[in-house]
Amino acid sequence: MNKRSHSIAFWAAVAVFLVAVLSMTQIVRNEYPFFAGYVILQFIALAVAWSILGGYAGYVNFGTNAFFGVGVYTAVALFKATGAPLAVQIAAAAVVGMTLGFGVGLLTLRMRGIFFSIATIALAIIIETFVMNWRFVGGAAGIQIQRPPVTAPFDSYVKMLFFVQAVLVVIAVAIARYVQNSRIGRGLQALRDDELAAECTGVPTLKLKLIACMISGALISAAGAPAAMYLQYADPSSAFNLSYSVSALAMALIGGTAHWIGPVLGAILLGSTQQLLAVTISSEVNVLVLGIMLVLFVVGAPKGIIGLLRPRYRLRAGGKQ
Amino acid sequence: MDLLLGAVVLGVLLGCFYAAVSVGLSVSFGLLDVPHVAHPAFLVLASYGVYQLNESYDIDPLLAGLAITPLFFLFGLLAYRVYYETFERRGSDAAVRGIAFFFGIAFIIEVLIILQFGVDQRSVSATYIGKSWRFGEFRIPIRQLVAFAVALALTVLLAVYLSKTFMGRAIRAVAQDEEALRLMGANPVRIKQFAFGIATAVLGIAGALLIIVAPVEPTLDRAYIGRTFCVVVMAGLGSISGTLIAAIILGVAESIVLTLFGASWAPAISFAMLLGVLAVRPQGLLGR
Repeated sequence: MNKRSHSIAFWAAVAVFLVAVLSMTQIVRNEYPFFAGYVILQFIALAVAWSILGGYAGYVNFGTNAFFGVGVYTAVALFKATGAPLAVQIAAAAVVGMTLGFGVGLLTLRMRGIFFSIATIALAIIIETFVMNWRFVGGAAGIQIQRPPVTAPFDSYVKMLFFVQAVLVVIAVAIARYVQNSRIGRGLQALRDDELAAECTGVPTLKLKLIACMISGALISAAGAPAAMYLQYADPSSAFNLSYSVSALAMALIGGTAHWIGPVLGAILLGSTQQLLAVTISSEVNVLVLGIMLVLFVVGAPKGIIGLLRPRYRLRAGGKQ
Repeated sequence: MDLLLGAVVLGVLLGCFYAAVSVGLSVSFGLLDVPHVAHPAFLVLASYGVYQLNESYDIDPLLAGLAITPLFFLFGLLAYRVYYETFERRGSDAAVRGIAFFFGIAFIIEVLIILQFGVDQRSVSATYIGKSWRFGEFRIPIRQLVAFAVALALTVLLAVYLSKTFMGRAIRAVAQDEEALRLMGANPVRIKQFAFGIATAVLGIAGALLIIVAPVEPTLDRAYIGRTFCVVVMAGLGSISGTLIAAIILGVAESIVLTLFGASWAPAISFAMLLGVLAVRPQGLLGR
């Protein structure tokens, strides 16, 4: 009964959120809030998606940028080849991201800890190099994108993208919440604490890791797909920028990865701080703030914001304590 | 054919240079098991230190590198102390956060460099930079030769230090069996801290070589994450002689690809080799 009432509360909150976002796009005239809001929403989606593998399973993925860039370039290639609508681009990006996630999942067969992390950076660089040498999507110089006319009920493309990204956030959060409360999540937590012990007690570790990689990859790529339309431009060094990796990782760890709300909180807090700093000071300083916050939190508050707010999670995620 | 031969020669020179920039990681990550993702960022930081000394006092870059070495030694001691107190001592869950910690440190260093020096490329001046020797068809820049010689000396020196001196042997002992060392009455943490200091101090010279070989920019460390980890993993963790061999293999491979396919493919070589090694032979060439 309790679980069901939790579910009702969750979906009610989701409905309220989506209605609020939709009415905001209808009421607010100024485009700037949507421009900034899109970036924050994008970071929420990335942080939540990252934590499915990095938080629940404990495999630190430095390759968020690989999935993000793959999402961007799937959308770009598809749009250039067929002029497919945004929804199709996002779906395709999710499928490609999932396939790549499967590949990354296979890497976890032989690699753990730092080796896995370095391997994911390697993957990102290799894919970026291929895209740089891929003429069809503009190579290293990048490619301009002409946005198609916007569809009703939206009166500007940015507002539509804002709404689309909000939907992606809802999907990411709903999936993360499902994973966390299901056998998958419990299995992932078990293998994070002790992979060998989990395997021995019958947890299908390989299957779970593959699932986590595929879900995480699909969600990150999907969140990246609209970026080309947002910027009206795509180039390999910004689509595959390592700062997406550090942002997703930092926001998830700062928020706390024991519960899906952690990455959401972390992304909202850091995302809005970054938007504020980027406008008032400089974009370098906001990376600095991100880095310092990350280091402070991993040193001082290992369970992140939710660990500080709710001591209960300290026990739940503490593993061996 | 001449082209290929030239590429191999330059590759060997480049490889020894890669050995010098990786050898510190071979100690910190290979021997001490510290997930030191910030190693390349420390390296670039050292380059900027050398740049600053060269720019304002006109000191030779190699001397400047030597001058910042003690500073980097202390920096390394401090870094390891923080890492040990916050992560290693607590065990279990600490691995994930340790990686994130060094990743964060790397980004902080990168941004601090940008704030201080800007995003433009920086280079040093010295008498041997800019000239080259001609051998018939191909030329060898003297800066490459200088870097090669110093890098080789540095790597050999560190190898000798680790195998012949008392402290060097202690460092290798702590890598093999920390518990046994504790039973002998030694303090493994202090030895590891010292070793991490050495690994960081070496970066003073390595950083000088980095800026001698080519101009540096703040985000250069990203490319060197692949190169240094590729070399250390391919070498077999903690093997110094393996480091030299692996670095030369990487240097030659990069140089050949550069000659045959062009510069745009070069950054992926080290990462591709790293993935290949991890997939096929994770224990490296001369693995322990």
